[in-house]
Amino acid sequence: MTSRLPQTKGGFNFDNYVRNAALEGRGLAVPKATKTGTTIVGLIYKDGIVLGADTRATSGPIVADKNCEKIHYLAPNMYCCGAGTAADTEMTTSLISSQLELHRLSTGRQARVDTAMTLLKQMLFKHQGHIGAALVLGGVDIKGPHLYTIAPHGSTDKLPYVTMGSGSLAAMSVFESRYKPGLSREEGIELVKDAIEAGIFNDLGSGSNVDVTVITSERVETLRNYARPNERGIKEASYKYPPGTTKVLKTSIRDLMDISETVKVATTEAMDIS
Amino acid sequence: MAYNGGAVVAMTGKNCVAIACDKRLGVQAMTVSMEFKKTFQIAPKLFIGLPGLATDVQTLAEKFRFKANMYKLKEERELEPRTFAHLVSSTLYERRFSPWYVEPVIAGLDKENRPFIASADLIGCLDFAEDFSVSGTTSNQLFGMCESLWEPDLEPEELFETISQALMNAVDRDCLSGWGAEVIVITPDKVITRTLKSRQD
Repeated sequence: MTSRLPQTKGGFNFDNYVRNAALEGRGLAVPKATKTGTTIVGLIYKDGIVLGADTRATSGPIVADKNCEKIHYLAPNMYCCGAGTAADTEMTTSLISSQLELHRLSTGRQARVDTAMTLLKQMLFKHQGHIGAALVLGGVDIKGPHLYTIAPHGSTDKLPYVTMGSGSLAAMSVFESRYKPGLSREEGIELVKDAIEAGIFNDLGSGSNVDVTVITSERVETLRNYARPNERGIKEASYKYPPGTTKVLKTSIRDLMDISETVKVATTEAMDIS
Repeated sequence: MAYNGGAVVAMTGKNCVAIACDKRLGVQAMTVSMEFKKTFQIAPKLFIGLPGLATDVQTLAEKFRFKANMYKLKEERELEPRTFAHLVSSTLYERRFSPWYVEPVIAGLDKENRPFIASADLIGCLDFAEDFSVSGTTSNQLFGMCESLWEPDLEPEELFETISQALMNAVDRDCLSGWGAEVIVITPDKVITRTLKSRQD
């Protein structure tokens, strides 16, 4: 069906730009976007990649989400941790994920990690750093395990162990003192957990739990909330208000009905066609 | 956001959700209207709360109504809360570099009548919450109220009291919000809308 509605052309829309600049010029505060202060890390171990992330999202000094997901799916063999402007990391990774799936379908091959890296860096470089996404990309392809960091302006690094986000210094100090090539799976996960915890406890922009994803050539293990070092205590008392506390001026109730249609198939005798 | 003021909060309960908003419309410190509701019905069991710049609140309310209606006509089925959340997200992210000044909150029951709430920032970063979502100029106060008042598995009537008290007490510490409140409780077979008696200062 062809639509007669105006179709969006794709790409960004700048229609509100002049208005927003005028409002800003008149002293209206621009609302804050959600950021992920974030500690994100990755390392190469014996059989593949371990990625790790904390789970705090912030809006200025306020914790907007205590248990968000920062390890994004890119392809069956690739995951990507995101730090920076939360909407940018989310949207950039899902856009590239779609492109990789189409690429996989058209080539009939598993996508390579450097393909994903190139797509991401070209996207970010094109927007000259205005898309505030700092990424850790990890995956295993036909050429083995690969680990990259991608900065918001589109520069990339390929290293055996990487950290990003506001907690990157805390996490890197753990990696620098304990990383060695050929770690076992358990050693790798433990090191990643400790690096993220260093971020959680020493960086204000990071907090709550540790998410871990392990990627090998055979399979991917998503260990959501692998460690929960900041469990909330149980409330001492219940703060329920007795019914009727709130004074109501007007009530309107809309009853919802389930409308279902049953079709009765009439079974009659066969028509006489003799 | 602080130009017109406003507060929206959503909470989950046991097989129910609630969404509440204040009713003030102001131009900075001057109150213009006390009947400016910020919640809009999208489907029988799905609402969106849009606090923010009033012009964008109304523009987006119409935009979402249009998009939701088109979805229903094309797909011949009800719009699911999660689907709608992603629709909101991409609508906002399209204007990444010239955003709408709104921070939406979405509340509804899905087709299995499971509670769903989510909120987005002004450029469409979704935050799916299990407990509560807050937004608007009163968000800091609402975070404090909800964090202490909310508990799991509240029945519809308990949820109403909890969300109402959370909103009204939060709004008392915000000059830019208040002047009446509206609370909507969504249960599998009913949508109950209540207008609250609240402070008018």
